[in-house]
Amino acid sequence: MAQRLRLSRRDFLKISALAGGGLLLGVHLPSSGRLAEAAGDAVFAPNVFLRIGTDGAIIVEVARSEMGQGVMTALPMLIAEELDVGLDQLSARFAPADTAYVNRLIGQQLTGGSTSVRDAWVVLREAGAVAREMLVATAAEQWGVPPGECRTERAQVIHGASGRRTGYGELAAAAASQPVPESVFLKDPEEWRLIGTRAPRLDVPEKVSGQARFGLDVRLPGMLFASVERCPVFGGRLLRVDDAKARAVSGVVDVVPVTAGIAVVAKDTWSAFQGRKALAVDWDFAGNETLDSAAIRRRFEARLAERGVPVREEGDAPKALSGAAKTVEAIYEAPFQAHACMEPMNATADVRADGCDVYVPTQAQTRTQQVAMTITGLPEERVRVHTTYLGGGFGRRGEADFVLDAVELSKHLGRPVQVVWTREDDIRHCFYRPATLNRLRGGIDAAGSPIAWEHQIVGPSILARVAPAAVKDGVDRTSVEGAANLPYAIPNIQVDYSLAGTQVPVGFWRSVGSSQNAWVTECFLDELAAAAGRDPFELRRALLEGSPRHLRVLELAADKAGWGKPLPAGRHRGIAVAESFAGFVAQVAEVSVGEDGQVRVHRVVCAVDVGPVINPDTVEAQMEGGIVFGLTATLKGAVTIEAGRVVQGNFHDFPLLRIDEMPLIEVHIARSDDPIGGVGEPGTPPIAPAVCNAVYAATGTPVRALPIALGPRKAGAEKAPAAQPMA
Amino acid sequence: MISLRINGETRRVEVDPETPLLWVLRDHLGLTGTKYGCGVALCGSCLVHLDGEPVNACVTPVGAVGGRTVTTIEGLAKDLSHPLQRAWIAEQVPQCGYCQPGQLMAAAALLAKIPQPTDSEIDQAMSRVLCRCGTYSRIRRAIHRAAVPETKEV
Ligand code: FES
Ligand code: FES
Repeated sequence: MAQRLRLSRRDFLKISALAGGGLLLGVHLPSSGRLAEAAGDAVFAPNVFLRIGTDGAIIVEVARSEMGQGVMTALPMLIAEELDVGLDQLSARFAPADTAYVNRLIGQQLTGGSTSVRDAWVVLREAGAVAREMLVATAAEQWGVPPGECRTERAQVIHGASGRRTGYGELAAAAASQPVPESVFLKDPEEWRLIGTRAPRLDVPEKVSGQARFGLDVRLPGMLFASVERCPVFGGRLLRVDDAKARAVSGVVDVVPVTAGIAVVAKDTWSAFQGRKALAVDWDFAGNETLDSAAIRRRFEARLAERGVPVREEGDAPKALSGAAKTVEAIYEAPFQAHACMEPMNATADVRADGCDVYVPTQAQTRTQQVAMTITGLPEERVRVHTTYLGGGFGRRGEADFVLDAVELSKHLGRPVQVVWTREDDIRHCFYRPATLNRLRGGIDAAGSPIAWEHQIVGPSILARVAPAAVKDGVDRTSVEGAANLPYAIPNIQVDYSLAGTQVPVGFWRSVGSSQNAWVTECFLDELAAAAGRDPFELRRALLEGSPRHLRVLELAADKAGWGKPLPAGRHRGIAVAESFAGFVAQVAEVSVGEDGQVRVHRVVCAVDVGPVINPDTVEAQMEGGIVFGLTATLKGAVTIEAGRVVQGNFHDFPLLRIDEMPLIEVHIARSDDPIGGVGEPGTPPIAPAVCNAVYAATGTPVRALPIALGPRKAGAEKAPAAQPMA
Repeated sequence: MISLRINGETRRVEVDPETPLLWVLRDHLGLTGTKYGCGVALCGSCLVHLDGEPVNACVTPVGAVGGRTVTTIEGLAKDLSHPLQRAWIAEQVPQCGYCQPGQLMAAAALLAKIPQPTDSEIDQAMSRVLCRCGTYSRIRRAIHRAAVPETKEV
């Protein structure tokens, strides 16, 4: 039987009457985005709204960004579960940043900066339970019966003894004046009717009819389209422009300098692109035109020669190394990566004297609003952010550079303007996943157990750009996640970090630091296994005794993949496990390597533990998506720098995985009562090491740089992994 | 003035005939279901049918369309009744959804030609449409599902 629980965050919840009658419940769901975390959630600003109209309409408005991860379905499910309404009885929308709501609900409470998925998990169920309880109290009062005799079902309060029943709509107006309870009942997991089911996603119908409105689909009366020429070299600036030819292009309305460069504004997107090609621009490259990938690598190498800042020190790794029976040393190199969201960056702004509306596929509503306020000088309540569907996000849409373009232009022109980035803009002016250079040293004792682990990471810092104060003692924690928290029981561990900035802007990329650190550490562990002559799965298992959730998914993946069982000729397996964003995932990849050196991934078995599962179908979809995202970075492309600029520009030189390269993916969800974790990111980290470890098994040579680039192989070159001699 | 037959209607637009069909659809005719992803025939987000043939609208000058009929995602079916749309819903294919109009149009052209495609026929027809979200497994399942003549199911 469920127990009454005190509300965990009562100050996250506000109730009031809806204009025109009905109940309005606002919930402040702390954002889990890193940018927001860095900035701190200072003010109570409700971002999930439950509206129950007197007509019975139940609407959940989510001020969260739907970028494919299913949040627009998952969050309403949590409310609906405790409110006792069916998903078919409610509609979900993106909450407009509607100041009318916010003003009615806002108090100046401080909510502090700590954020987590767990907050949503608890807070939204509590919100549903609070609304339900107030509706029940209202009905009970009207009927003169004790609330305890009433139950709820499909948006009705029912008094069992008398058979009376009333719909939520009829109760909503009166319920709004009920006191907000201090404590509520939350259902026991066995009572859940929605949570844990494969509820169909609410956004799917719109997405198969072509009606879903993405940022680029915003159409406003009188709007213009713009394309911005940015300095091709990082850190440069505009010197002068000859725009005569651009202005002569039919459809071009204006050529306007903006912070990012020079914008061509036109009646349609194509004319803006054509006008842009006709610009003659002189840039000041600020001396950065000599920067290239080789120079960046040399800069990293120099830092590798000196000790970094220790982020984890246990035992005495150098001493243990010098006494080890066997040692292995390796340099691992991860490249810059672009997000390449399918929908290129864009934003539409409508700046008027009395207000500003920004229509944008964004992961960062607050930041968007702040940028618009700064440019327009308008107060917060006059700047409205309308979140559209996001055609991919992956961290890129936590930035506001595209917002800046649009707001500046609309302000200048006094008309709505949509800024459209070309694919080339999108790839060449990204905030890249940091490139890193890593040195690893491992030591094994005479019995074949790893006794020493040294890892030094050199690379640029994301936080140094977005939240410099969050860089503590020279350490960006996002750069070391997935490395500093190495889960293996090795007695002597030393992890160092050297912050080495470059002119290349870096940002959050799906699963952040873990996206490359899991690759480095999990591949190096296989090198140690080879040196010790031990099976990579068995070695992990032995070292993970103290990490039950790692072990759970590792064993599940190995079991489902048939680890140790024979494979068809030419196929090889690799295994990897990683924790990121509180999600634990292990994957086994089956690969073959062709004579031309082509790596083919045939099958991926994925085991995941994210605690309680809101919607298993969404978890599976996110694992599939995370694996494909990681496979692209493992097998396909990278961002490289030449002459101060990004070499790649479109899908011919920044290729994405295609359907004909898809492995079979099987996802197995572990039963788990452990705390709830994220699902959007944790699917990505293990795939690169699982594939590389399989390639290592196939070729005997560890893969120490990404993407995998093997030359043609000699016939019969297959051999078992061998220890690399100490350099 | 250029006259176009789109989704069963005749539409007239006043644009430079060199303008790609993609931008005429999106910016002049309000048919924003067809997406821009690369502009150079590399991603398939802009896929439409010309007389039933799949083409990349981003590299098709509107002046070259002539009397051919244009079908966009908006014209695939009313009320989500196309077997592929139903299959897409049943398999819960879309994630962000941005590439899905192109995926559906490519799949529709495939099924019109090969009612029961094999995996390698699916690979061949569908590898021109990219999906950054990685919905490929579900796309494959949905095409197979739509290819099976529908029985009375759930
Ligand atoms: S936009 Fe036409 S193929 Fe990419
Ligand atoms: S669903 Fe997002 S790109 Fe395909």
